[in-house]
Amino acid sequence: MEVSEMQRQFVEYSQSLFREGYLDSQFTQLQQLQDESNPDFVMEVVTLFFEDSERLIRDLTCALDQQIVDFKTVDAHVHQLKGSSSSIGAQRVKNACVEFRNFCEEQNADACRACLQQVNQEYFLVKSKLQTLFTMEQQIVAAGGSIPIMD
Amino acid sequence: MGMAAEPQFHVLAVDDSLIDRKLIERLLKTSSYQVTTVDSGTKALEFLGLQGDDKQSQNQPSVSPDIQQEVDVNLIITDYCMPGMTGYDLLKKVKFMKDELNTDVCELCLEEGAEEFFLKPVRLSDVNRLKPHMLRARYGQQRQDLLHECQKPEPKPERRQQQCEQKQPETKSEKWQQQCEHQPETKPEQWQQLCEQPPEPIQQQQQQQQQQQQYEQPVLDLEHQTEQQQQNDNKRKSIDEGLSPDRTRPRLNGIRRRVYSQGESIVDGTGISDINPEM
Repeated sequence: MEVSEMQRQFVEYSQSLFREGYLDSQFTQLQQLQDESNPDFVMEVVTLFFEDSERLIRDLTCALDQQIVDFKTVDAHVHQLKGSSSSIGAQRVKNACVEFRNFCEEQNADACRACLQQVNQEYFLVKSKLQTLFTMEQQIVAAGGSIPIMD
Repeated sequence: MGMAAEPQFHVLAVDDSLIDRKLIERLLKTSSYQVTTVDSGTKALEFLGLQGDDKQSQNQPSVSPDIQQEVDVNLIITDYCMPGMTGYDLLKKVKFMKDELNTDVCELCLEEGAEEFFLKPVRLSDVNRLKPHMLRARYGQQRQDLLHECQKPEPKPERRQQQCEQKQPETKSEKWQQQCEHQPETKPEQWQQLCEQPPEPIQQQQQQQQQQQQYEQPVLDLEHQTEQQQQNDNKRKSIDEGLSPDRTRPRLNGIRRRVYSQGESIVDGTGISDINPEM
């Protein structure tokens, strides 16, 4: 595949992620912070997000598995996940967390478990898409091209 | 990104989230700031050398600021919601401790609502000074005004004016100004904000106390001995005298002193709570 074709596909794919709401403008902010002196900035931050989120989802699963659910703890975890997803622009994960917190406040354990499933699903979706995006970037660079800058 | 010609501003960023620390660090560095990140308020205090009563930080970070001389950190950015110490707690601690290092702890407590203070060793003359506070608390301002009226000598507006003006630079607002103006390289926005809010009521209180101390011919027997003893004993004067530059004020780790807890009057019927372990 030619570099120009790779770049075109990359742009198209990026745009679809924004269009479908997986990513929001905060992700663009991250991309704008990447430059020659920090060429891997986005990938580094996103990798941290992956680690952080998976830990939180594990903790949430555990907390909601308890006989007596400690909603304060659950809420604290969701709050953290909401924060980190917001910081990297993972919009759908963030929105799922917002809904999740509402049910924490209501202390509705069943609804919380449903929310956790939703959060989990959204998280793995965005993870997969971001990994695809990074792969495409690496292929472009490997082929000697530059990564198109998104507006 | 080249090196700045001027010394860089140093920002301390506090956030328990690793992602947010990374993000804020990168953002700040795009503006050529030097950035240090820590993950808690406690670590922030350690870094600033403001940890607890021990001004010497146990675990010195790679850059050791000396608050007393040149502040190494120009700005503190902190997340609010953090486990343990919130950003608000951190702000209060930093503000209070910085105040303590730069200001008389007694002034600080007066600002927070203490009515008065005296130094140890406590003497009878000190105890005698409690009465007007208690009277005021019980009967309100009326009685106190009456006392003042009785004590007032021939009006000496010039001298009083002079005293007040002399003391003016020592009032809190000026001190804030001084702190801000003398350290141009340490002009963080947060400090600026703090500087712009001098506690108004306290200035008035200070001036009132200054005026009170100048009455030389007490008529009312209640205050008589007290006034005389105060006039004679320069070392144990209260706040107005203490404001004069030639007197060293008690510092945080120094001379025995009595400190009143926040908002607590020294006499309010519930007694003086002595929180000084040296007593």
